Amino acid sequence: MKLLRAILLRLATMSVTLIGAAVVVFFVIRVVPGNPIAMMLPPGASEEDIARLTAHYGLDKTILEQFWIWLTGVFHGDFGTSISLRQPVMPLVLGRLPATLELAIFALVIAVVIGGAMALTGVRHRETRTETAVDVANGVGLSIPDFLWALILIVLFGVLMPVFHISGRISPSLDLPFVTQFYVFESIARLRFDLWWDLLKHMFMPALALAIPLAAIISQLLKQSLKETMHLDYVTLSRTKGYSENHVILSEALPNAVLPTLTLIGVQFTFLIGGTVIIERLFSYEGLGNMAIDAVINRDLPLIQGIVIVFALLFTIINLVVDMTYALLNPRLRHA
Amino acid sequence: MSAFLTVNNLSAALHGYDQRVLRSVSFSIDTGEVLGLVGESGAGKSMIGKAVLGILPSAIEIIEGEILLDGQDLQKMKPADRRRLIGATAALIPQDPLTALNPSRRIEPQITNRLVDILGWGKTDARVRALELLNEVHIDNPERVMGSYPHELSGGMRQRVLIASAFAANPKLVIADEPTTALDVTVQKQILRLIRELQERHSTAMVFVTHDLGVVSKVCQRLSVLYGGKIVENSSVPDFFTGPKHAYSRALLAATPKYTDPDASLLPVDEAVIEAVAAEVLASDKEWRHGG
Repeated sequence: MKLLRAILLRLATMSVTLIGAAVVVFFVIRVVPGNPIAMMLPPGASEEDIARLTAHYGLDKTILEQFWIWLTGVFHGDFGTSISLRQPVMPLVLGRLPATLELAIFALVIAVVIGGAMALTGVRHRETRTETAVDVANGVGLSIPDFLWALILIVLFGVLMPVFHISGRISPSLDLPFVTQFYVFESIARLRFDLWWDLLKHMFMPALALAIPLAAIISQLLKQSLKETMHLDYVTLSRTKGYSENHVILSEALPNAVLPTLTLIGVQFTFLIGGTVIIERLFSYEGLGNMAIDAVINRDLPLIQGIVIVFALLFTIINLVVDMTYALLNPRLRHA
Repeated sequence: MSAFLTVNNLSAALHGYDQRVLRSVSFSIDTGEVLGLVGESGAGKSMIGKAVLGILPSAIEIIEGEILLDGQDLQKMKPADRRRLIGATAALIPQDPLTALNPSRRIEPQITNRLVDILGWGKTDARVRALELLNEVHIDNPERVMGSYPHELSGGMRQRVLIASAFAANPKLVIADEPTTALDVTVQKQILRLIRELQERHSTAMVFVTHDLGVVSKVCQRLSVLYGGKIVENSSVPDFFTGPKHAYSRALLAATPKYTDPDASLLPVDEAVIEAVAAEVLASDKEWRHGG
């Protein structure tokens, strides 16, 4: 019963967050200068044309009226029609979401693997040159933002040593059997490793660019908390039992030291998803972020709203998952 | 009986410094014997225990001397062999039961892990042994405690668990590092009795580190008084309490509150005595430098 109450409470706070995000984005994009009608009509269009189109999209009504129309639509599952693409918003957004999710998850995996390995190496060889090297690498990784890493990677592995693809999600020449938009997962499920490999070659650089700063943060924090944990009494006690340094780090210190890092990964992962907007643009990757930029350029108000709502939902789900994992790993919170 | 632990002329120093933190310490303990290491904070009493168990902080290194555990010179062994020997024959009862148990693991594996991972016991045997040990430390419902997490147990319970864990592999040597300091007085007494009981039953050699001479008189047969990392007096417990030889020992004894005479005022250790013993320690440094 307690668990059920906790879940219901969580769902309630999640919906408040979503409604908040919807209200803010709805009003802000209508207050900032620029309007979609101006983007659609050629220069010198007559006042009459402008008025007719404005009325057609309901933009002549007051903002509150517009909000009410949009909100009632949303509760019926209708997020409006994209002005620039002239298609319903939700299918458009959901069609692009899997590409972004796959990119973000791939980036997260890379960041956790690199960051975790660096932290463990740094702790295993603490107070030696190896740890200094890890610190330097962390500093470099942190001080260069993801979009700059993207440019560096494009120059290195796209131009000077062209081993990876720099543009798109998959080679256009390939024949695609996919029925879902989760290409990477579906290629594995269909055992089409040729397609899977092509997808990875496209995803690797944008994912790595997103992953490097996160890897540096993970490495830094995890190494720090591991080092602090290594001084604690229960770690010392396990040494006297005859365990090796590796065992002491991995099975005594790590499960406790990983907790603060886990919270951080949750927060940083939402930043990483924010980062996909620019990174997808740089690599012409057909994801939600790329679509968001087009939507903003075209002042495609319904599409922007739809994208923001989906991003907001994604962030609240990530927070929920992080909290649940945290409770699962920390016995002191399990009954709280 | 032969000595199970012999420490010969052991000196340790901060890495890269000439200043010693342990000064030519020598002592030995037979099977079944309890040696008290007493001294004020910073006298190096815990450090001796850490040196024996191979858990000195990385900033401190042994610069001289030998530690013979079961006849084997620890300094000359390969690190992996040394770890195994210590894990199989010696154990630590730590000072603070609140921090000495891993908060994210249940009690059972924290008692049995040495048996299973280091000594190669089967899981079931180790579990039976753990239950038996929890009975030995007078825990009423061992099944429930084995499945608990440390935060669900009181300080006294946790110290009992740690004692059970220390005696799990029938160690020949137990180092008790101020095992009652972090506990309140009523629990202290029970825990002391418990440690003594297990030590006698298993005829374990024990090093009992404490600053409480009252505890020494109850638990130990012999004691060594430390000042500045140097042993200033070795004595049997009866001899010490009837007539300590060193001036510092006499001052320490005089500064101990007496339950028989609660109205007597507490004497701080005389400054002149401190100066004298400090001078003695420094003089031994000079001698050591010329000799070495």
